[in-house]
Parts: sequence; structure tokens; C-alpha cells
Amino acid sequence: MIRGVKGSLLAAVSLALVGCAATGGEAKSAGDAPAAPAAKPAKFDKDPYPSTYKGYPTRLTVVKGVTIFDGEGGRIDNGSIVMSSGKVTAVGGPDMELPTDADVIDGTGKYLTPGIIDIHSHLGDYPSPSVDAHSDGNEATSPTTPEVWSEHSVWPQDPGFSRALANGGVTALQILPGSANLMGGRSITLKNVPSRTVQGMKFPGAPYGLKMACGENPKRVYGGKGRMPSTRMGNFAVNRATWAKAAAYKKKMDDGKAVERDLAMETLAGVLAGEILVHNHCYRADEMALVIDMSKEFGYKVSTFHHAVESYKIADVLAKEGICSAMWADWWGFKMEAYDSVNENIPLVYNAGACTIVHSDDANQIQRLNQEAAKARAAGRRIGIDVSDEMAWTWLSYNPAKALGIADQTGSLKPGKMADVVLWNGNPFSAYTRPEKVWIDGALMFDANDPKRRPVSDFELGQPGEGDVK
Amino acid sequence: MMRALLLSAAAMIALPAAAQDVAIVNAKLVIGDGSAPVEGGTVVVRGGKIVAAGAGVAVPAGIERVDAEGKYVTPGIVAAFSRVGLTEVDAVSGTNDRSAPRTRFSAGLDIAPALNPMGSPVAVNRASGVTRAIVAPGGSSNLFAGQGAVVDLADDMDMVTKPRALQYVAFGEDGASKAGGSRAATFLLFREQLLAARSYARNPATLAEWGNDAMLQRADAEALVRVIDGTTPLFVRVDRAADIVNVLKLRQEFPALKLVLVGVTDGWLVAHEIAAAKVPVLVSPLSDLPDSFERLAATQSNAGRLKAAGVEVSVGVFDDDDAHKMGYATQYAGNLVGLARVPGASGMTWDQAFAAISSVPARAVGMEGSIGSLRPGRAGDVVIWDNDPLELGSRPTAIWIDGKAQSLTTRQDRLRDRYRTPQEGTLPKAYDR
Repeated sequence: MIRGVKGSLLAAVSLALVGCAATGGEAKSAGDAPAAPAAKPAKFDKDPYPSTYKGYPTRLTVVKGVTIFDGEGGRIDNGSIVMSSGKVTAVGGPDMELPTDADVIDGTGKYLTPGIIDIHSHLGDYPSPSVDAHSDGNEATSPTTPEVWSEHSVWPQDPGFSRALANGGVTALQILPGSANLMGGRSITLKNVPSRTVQGMKFPGAPYGLKMACGENPKRVYGGKGRMPSTRMGNFAVNRATWAKAAAYKKKMDDGKAVERDLAMETLAGVLAGEILVHNHCYRADEMALVIDMSKEFGYKVSTFHHAVESYKIADVLAKEGICSAMWADWWGFKMEAYDSVNENIPLVYNAGACTIVHSDDANQIQRLNQEAAKARAAGRRIGIDVSDEMAWTWLSYNPAKALGIADQTGSLKPGKMADVVLWNGNPFSAYTRPEKVWIDGALMFDANDPKRRPVSDFELGQPGEGDVK
Repeated sequence: MMRALLLSAAAMIALPAAAQDVAIVNAKLVIGDGSAPVEGGTVVVRGGKIVAAGAGVAVPAGIERVDAEGKYVTPGIVAAFSRVGLTEVDAVSGTNDRSAPRTRFSAGLDIAPALNPMGSPVAVNRASGVTRAIVAPGGSSNLFAGQGAVVDLADDMDMVTKPRALQYVAFGEDGASKAGGSRAATFLLFREQLLAARSYARNPATLAEWGNDAMLQRADAEALVRVIDGTTPLFVRVDRAADIVNVLKLRQEFPALKLVLVGVTDGWLVAHEIAAAKVPVLVSPLSDLPDSFERLAATQSNAGRLKAAGVEVSVGVFDDDDAHKMGYATQYAGNLVGLARVPGASGMTWDQAFAAISSVPARAVGMEGSIGSLRPGRAGDVVIWDNDPLELGSRPTAIWIDGKAQSLTTRQDRLRDRYRTPQEGTLPKAYDR
């Protein structure tokens, strides 16, 4: 079921590696014939703003006697974990042999999980304080702006990052452009670590995403300006015309012809090559079905429908297509396309075997995605869909990691993976539970018992409440 | 149109009988006044009112008896600050009566005729355990937003428990923008409008003399007279600590003002001033972001610190969704219980947290004697829960409002049932109901 998604994403990525000529590297086949410079395919640097993130100092750490949800649906009672040099090195039961020179934390009565990964956030590009000068999430000047990159809007000093860490146990998150545009631009996946620069937060090696948006927002924004699109059919027409252009651009590149550099087309060619993952804001089931056909028409794959309040109506289709749904537990009624929300959306999608993700889109709810999952799980139980705690945790870490293309590195507690870990002071599906410690790449970045392990943004320094519990 | 007709037909079929007398026994009984739950408790409702609740309460002969099987039984949740009933779909303007930005009236606006008890948000909020709500208007073109109401969420046509139960005004950044651009303008406009209303009260002819320069319409002046004399509580949205202190000082000139502060994000910085003024507050307790420069000290410990300083703290759901998700009140209250376990943080005990979403908001709006707890004489608003009501995902299994059993089925439930199996059958989904 869920593995289908992973498989197709990986397939798409490997296709990309053979299919795309515009790589940033210098690799050339041995048979490359010398040619006049004008005839040479353009070579663009695909990583011009590279990640400078390196894990912070770690200590050999053991948590023992703790209840573990491993993020892939496994559970270990009275379990232990070993974190060493930034990685999970061992996870097991009470009989597991533990290193003798480690810092040992007694997890009795506590729970240990992979860090939560929020696949839908605007932290940094719509930061706090939400003053006009900080409104950097929507380049709402053209319905298609695949040339913009959300990382160029992210303000690393957004105090929201620290709340997501300390209250939410969020260790990685995707920052997306807003939904004013049909094609809003590239998204970026970040490690939830404070940094002077956005490069210092970028998740090393994570693929880029393309934010797309269905429905009300683009047609309202541009219809309101008296230009196309002003209807849903206009949305599709503009999208299709843009994809057609991108396909032609890509073909030219693939054929080894010279192309003029076009930042928008570079992004879309990257999508068509399977290197950039599509994250499509889409509420209504009927629109999702149309988007699926559009993706086939032009040969790309939708990774995830976001805000997918009507996924429950086509959960079978989404399962078959291997497309994830990123959902709220119970948001509804704020606009027409959010009118048919049901509290059981998440468990119904899960029950159909489709990839299920809990997301926030909100600087407040990112602080309690575990609670959103708990509500959804309870709603499912009431209609006979019994989801265990450990399976429900897949909605919060492993599934979003897969949809972001980083599941080989994080999202579950498997030896060799990044030690992105939360120790909760109780069952994280309880309203009474909070993170006690959060490690990112094995470094202790938050400790409820140590005010010095509580990040304070530049913005909050010297302000009332600096360094307070939040 | 057809859908609306079908829905109302369905609602009429589901309409319960009139108030019944009922005794709920074998309850984990929560009175809602801050006392601890009572095991094996009983609550007796007669004539739509609570007549007795506690352990060892006798069940009168001949009365319907409901066995709660040890589950939590509580008063219905009182939404401390909401817009339920004023909107169906926020972005569909025809259904949205929160605000009236183009009206010439302000304080005189009365939301009562705008309330829609048949709207789906009423049913959805009810199904999450909310039986009463304090509903405030969103805003007018002027400083005062108008008069709110206390409402019930029963499935009948009469939603208003108490009309004109409050007047609403925003200070801080919102108020400044309404008043002309600065906080100074807000305070002056507030004062001048109240003085004008006072002049009107002494001599109604003054209004006519002012002619087109009148600062108030007649209806506005009449409403503000009731604010000045303390008949109508004045709910004031205010967040910055300095603004809070200045709002409390309004009583120096208008001593009868019955102030209730809403938001109060930075209130913990002046908790002792608020406590000394004996002014209750309604907070959205999980707001912890410095969203604006008037909320720089935002913390989830605000509610707990205010409470510890002796302030009456009600927990509300606003600044996120004040019309559709009132059920978040229980989740937020539960979070306050959790905060009490976090080093350095302030929260509430379970009993305090439950009171903060039932009797405390009732007291803030001056209705403690009639709603918000299971003490004798209060409305028969009773909820049986499937689990701890402050825990995530707990839901009511039965609800009475004014002693009438309520439907718990919503439009959302119907959609869920239709798509329980998403594939279409022999006929399209449209035939499946």
C-alpha cells in the first residue's frame, strides 16, 4: 500500500538520473565529442545555495526502559535506543546489550519516537511577527512562478521554529510557497535547527519540491485582478499550457540542444525528470482526480495532495495511484472547498491503504501534530477502524519522510538513520504529554529540564519573555 | 435549495421531544465549579433545570433513568468567546455575518437576528460537547463592534439564551486602525463616544442637535448607555501589557464599566494589576507566538500564571477558528493540565481546567447562576462522554440541553457514512443515503 508510493517515487528519481541532461555535475560519457560552445547543452548548477548544515556535537546516549514507536509501525515496550555520532546505532528490547560509557537516560513511563516531520509549513516565509514586511510566502504577481524558491524567503529568525521544536517535537519540515499561484515555486526541506542562515538549516540532499495549488485560491487571486485564471477550467488551461512549454524545453535539453536559461522551466523540467517532487494543495476529490490525469498527460508524478479534505471520497484511487494525502484532523468550513471535511478523513484514507500524513500549514498546529493524529485515530476507532499508536505514528514521521524523499535518512528509528528523536514525558497521543528532550542528528537541541537547551531567536532576545517557557 | 430542504426535513425527523425529566446515574460526575469529579454520582434534571447533582442523590420516583456506566458526566462546555451561529462558510460572504464593515451603526448592532441555529457549525460544535456559547460580533466600521449574545446549541430554532449579553470592542492595533491610526485615537474615541451616550441619556434631544456631526446613531447611544451603567458587560480585546493597564484605568472615569478582557496575550506581565481590578479574562491559552508587537511575551503559561495570581481565567478558542472548532476548548483545557507537568511552565489542575470551559466563562458574562455547572438551578445542559473529556478524541455519547436530548449526528457524519467505502456501488453515491 504505502510502499507503492515509495517505489514509484524512487523509480521516478532514478529515471531522472538517466533522463535529464541538465545536471549540475561535470560527469560526461566517454564518447562526448568536442563541439562548438554554442551547440553544447547548457549546464546549470542545480545546487547553487548548498546546505551548510552539519550536525551539532553529540554524546553517546542511551535511553532505556522506554516505550518506542519506531515510525514504521513497530513498537517496543521497555525498549532501548543507542545514539552515537548523530546516528541511531541500535534499537531493541530490554535484553539488548548497551554501551557502558554512554549517557544513560531512564525512560521509564516515557515514550520515544522519531521526530515529527511536518510536510506543510510556512515558517520562515510567513514568520512571526506577521507584519507586512515579513509577508514573503506568495509571489502573487503571476499565476505560475515555478522560478521562485521558498528558501529565498525563509527568515531563519522566525520564533515559530523554536515552538515547533520544543512543544511539537518537530525535527524536519518542508517550507512551501503559498497557494495564491497554480505553480507557487520550489519548496525546501529543513532540519529544525536554529541557524544564522537558511543554508544552515537545509536538509542535506533532500530533493526540491514544487508547490502547486488547485481550486479557489489561484482563480480568486488572478480573477480578482481581471486576468486568467478566473475559473477552475482556467486553472487547468494555464497549467497545461505551462506544462506543454516545460515539456518542449526539457526535450530540447534532452536532445542536447542549447537552451536559454529559464529558471521557471528549469524547475518544471526537474519535475518532469522526476527530480523535483510535486506537492499539490488540493481540497476537492474531483479536482484531485483531474490533476492525476494532468500529471499523466505530461508525464509527472504527484507526491502528495495537501489539505486533502476530500481524500476520503477517492481514497481507493489515491491508494492505486500511490499518492499521499497530507491532512488536518478536523479543519473545516473556512472556505467552500473545505466544506465537506469529515473527522474520519485521515483514518478512512489510511484504511484504504493510501499513504496518510498529518500536516499543519500553521505555526500553532505544528506544535501539536501528535495531538491531531490522536484525534484522527480516535475518530477512526469510533467507526471501527482500529489504528494502533505505533501505526498512527507513521502519519507523523515515516510517511512524510517518504513523500519528501528523505525516508532513507530519517523518519524512523532504524540503525544507521539520523538520530532525529523525541523523548516524550508520557504517551504522545495524550493531551497531557509534552516533549521532554529532542535530538536532531543525535545532538540534544531541546531539553525541558534545562533552560539553556531552549533556543531563543534574535527577534526575541531582549524582548519581554526572552527565554521563557513557550 | 433542494439540499437545504432535505437537510431540514432530516433535522425535523431527528428533532427530539420536549424537555424530559431525567436522572443520570452511575456517573463520574463533574460539577464544573472546580470541584473534583465524584465517582458514582447522580444528576437529576427536571423541567429543563438541574435539581440535584452529587453522590448519594436520590432518584425521584417515576423519572427516566440513564446509566452512565461510570463514564464522565459533565455540564456542557461553554464556549467562552465565539462566532458560532454567525457563519456557515467563512469565505462565502453571504453566509458570513460576523462583521459589518460597511454599516453606519456600531455599538447598537445586535447579533441575535443574524444567528442561524440550523447552520451546520451549530450541530458540529454541539456534537463535540459544546452546549452554550458567548457569541461576540466581529466588528463594524467604527470602534464598537456591537452587542453579542449568550446562545444555546440545541437543535431547535430558538438559539438565544440572553440577547445583548455583551458589548465588544477591540483596543490595541485593531482598535487603533478603527479609530484613525493610533492608540491615542482609540482611547479618545472611546471616551468621546461614551460621553456622547451619557449626554444622550440625560437629554435625547442632544442627538438631533448634533445632526450630521453626531458621533453616534441613536441605537449606538442607547447600547452604550447600558455599557456605562454596567448593565451590559464590555468585552475588550486587548493584548499588550501597557494596553491592558490603560484599559483597566477606563474605570477611573467610568466606574460602573463591567470589564471582561479578551485575548490578554501578554497579560501575565501585569497579572497582579488584572487580579487587583477583579476583571475576568478570556484567553486562547495555546497562543504562544509573538504574532505581532503587541504579543511579544506570548506563552502557553499565560493562563496558568494569571490563574495563580488570582485572575478569573476562561479558556476560549479564538485566534484560530472561533466558529467551527469550538470543540477545541476541551483539547486546550487538557493542554493546560499537561503544562502543569512541564518544568518552569504554569498550567491548571484538571478540575480548574474544566471549570475554565464551563462555569468560569458563565460567570464572566454574568450568568453563573443559570448555566455552566451542574449546581441546582442551572440549565439542564448535561453531557455523557465516552472518555476523559479533556483527552484527545473523547466525544459525547449523549447530550441534553435545557433537559432535552439532542441529536449528535452532523452533516459530516452523513458524508462519512456515504464514503465509508469509497467505491461506487450499483448506483452512484448520490443514491446512497
